[in-house]
Amino acid sequence: MKSLGNVRRSYAPWEDPEAKPYIRFDKITKRFGDFIAIQDLSLDVYEREFFSLLGPSGCGKTTLLRMLAGFEEPTSGEIYLDGQPLKGVPPYKRPVNMMFQSYALFPHMSVEANVAFGLRQEGMARADIKERVEQMLKLVKLERFAKRKPHQLSGGQRQRVALARSVAKRPKLLLLDEPLGALDKKLREETQFELMDLQQELGLTFIIVTHDQDEAMTMSDRIAVMDAGVVSQIGTPAEVYEAPNSRYVADFIGSVNLFEGTVAGTANGTVRLAGPDGFDIEVADDRDFATGSQVALAIRPEKITLSRHRPESGNAASGEAWEIAYMGDVTNYIVKLDGGKMVRASTLNRQRSVDNPIGYDEQIWISFAPDGGSLLDE
Amino acid sequence: MGNAFRRITIFIPYFWLLVFFLLPFLIVFRISLSILEYGSPPYVPQFDLSAGWSGFWDNLRLLNFENYQFLATDALYRNAYISSLTIAFFSTLMTLAIGFPLAYGMARASEGLRPILLMLVILPFWTSFLIRVYAWIGILKPEGLLNQLLLWLGVIDAPLTILNTNTAVYIGIVYSYLPFMVLPIYATLEKLDYALIEAAQDLGCTALAAFWKVTLRLSVPGIAAGCLLVFIPAVGEFVIPDLLGGSRTLMIGKVLWTEFFNNGDWTISSALAMVLLTVLVVPIVLFQNAQAKATERQK
Repeated sequence: MKSLGNVRRSYAPWEDPEAKPYIRFDKITKRFGDFIAIQDLSLDVYEREFFSLLGPSGCGKTTLLRMLAGFEEPTSGEIYLDGQPLKGVPPYKRPVNMMFQSYALFPHMSVEANVAFGLRQEGMARADIKERVEQMLKLVKLERFAKRKPHQLSGGQRQRVALARSVAKRPKLLLLDEPLGALDKKLREETQFELMDLQQELGLTFIIVTHDQDEAMTMSDRIAVMDAGVVSQIGTPAEVYEAPNSRYVADFIGSVNLFEGTVAGTANGTVRLAGPDGFDIEVADDRDFATGSQVALAIRPEKITLSRHRPESGNAASGEAWEIAYMGDVTNYIVKLDGGKMVRASTLNRQRSVDNPIGYDEQIWISFAPDGGSLLDE
Repeated sequence: MGNAFRRITIFIPYFWLLVFFLLPFLIVFRISLSILEYGSPPYVPQFDLSAGWSGFWDNLRLLNFENYQFLATDALYRNAYISSLTIAFFSTLMTLAIGFPLAYGMARASEGLRPILLMLVILPFWTSFLIRVYAWIGILKPEGLLNQLLLWLGVIDAPLTILNTNTAVYIGIVYSYLPFMVLPIYATLEKLDYALIEAAQDLGCTALAAFWKVTLRLSVPGIAAGCLLVFIPAVGEFVIPDLLGGSRTLMIGKVLWTEFFNNGDWTISSALAMVLLTVLVVPIVLFQNAQAKATERQK
């Protein structure tokens, strides 16, 4: 893996070979009839980690979560929780709670009774239940709504009741299935930070399933990008964004430009690519690629510089602005290279008034640094 | 214009109820207060429009509650009511015991299978009710299919007497009214979000406890509707006890039929019908209250 420089980390047990994982998926395969939902998947999650399973619908992420909760059993392989195999342990005996995508609030019970449900089931003393419920409702700022029924609440409030209910039993592991999926954008962003605070405050391990890459990037310690039942890449948000290991991951997280090319030679930590797009590319990469092998350079739009004059450095190509989208903080361009390839570039608008922005009908140059992107052979 | 249209559309159902429900009801009620008289129609007083208002009031004074008093004094009627209610009550319980698992199984079947199962439940309605009850005679009679099967299996040595007993009446009612129990329960169970049951299990319930606290609790409106749909017509059932029941099977529907057609006593049979109606209004009101609460909850 390519080094990402000096990224300061306060929490990274996955880098410690001595650290014991809290959850271990060991060669899990899950079949539904002929359909293989999960294929030979191994994955470790550590205590107090905020872990995201990210992927398109049908990639098996929810199945993975449901196997942890005990609603599905793996066809083969074993799941360990704190070193203990989970096979055959029914859902009600697992020290795991789940927040459901539909929230699954009991419609016939008040907010209070919903939150208290798990505690009553546990046989907790009445006074303790009352105290815990009050505490939980305070945590999600719903004290005033204790007597309401779920149908009398807004979507955001229901989401918070579901959250309070799922953490009321103080599980060590909380599973969240698309927890913010039903909320509008603004509420979703607010709730992301609330979830992170809650996780810190209670010291829980969170495993969250989402198809929203922004959500996963914002909240997670690590992300597992999944594709058709297998994990494509596991890493911190920065790792999966800056150093994707495959075209799939590069494309799934954020937007990306892929330059397909043939390796022309490697020397001194530099790989030279002969591209079909009419210009040669030099990439800083100390791996040894066979000359003539097909690889792709994945480079993010913000790593591409636009200029009116031919830049000094290599890795440059000329073209014209095809689309310009002014977003306020950034301007996104689609540049049509002379060879016909479309390239996405985005520039940060650092000055308030952009006196002389690059417009249409101009001959412009794109360029990027040798360490701006990453080489993918998958 | 729009307002007038709205008034008319509201008026039509009220008019319908008035003419075809309230008016006949009042006529029956009036007959129940009249005095038996051999003639056509067989009761007095007759209202004579030519006598004008004073004649109307004179006639009205003749109405009295004698028929009801007679119902109270004769044990036959009391027993018939009690027996009808008992048979209807236990048939409803049995229908529920069979209908709930059926509905549950249907609701949990795969989505492709559900319409077929639903079709199978509705299918018997395509045959006349009367013919289906007659078919049970063929099954239950001493030399019928059921006895032949049991004899062949060696379960029994001599044919059982099922036909013309209360047992046959129970079988008939449970068979005939099963769809009315299954359909409303299926409707509520089918809407039930399965995630609720998983949530209950996730929060510490065993499968059985989750069923009890969530599935069963949330299907109460369906169960209530099913029970009423079975119980109310079963109380007044006439065809099933008449065809399958024996001479000792006492049900109010049969008594009513006898009074009306055999004895030609319109006044007593009207009074019988009025009392039956009063008895049945109670569970309907209870159900409507529960229903109102349930819709309140779903809003």
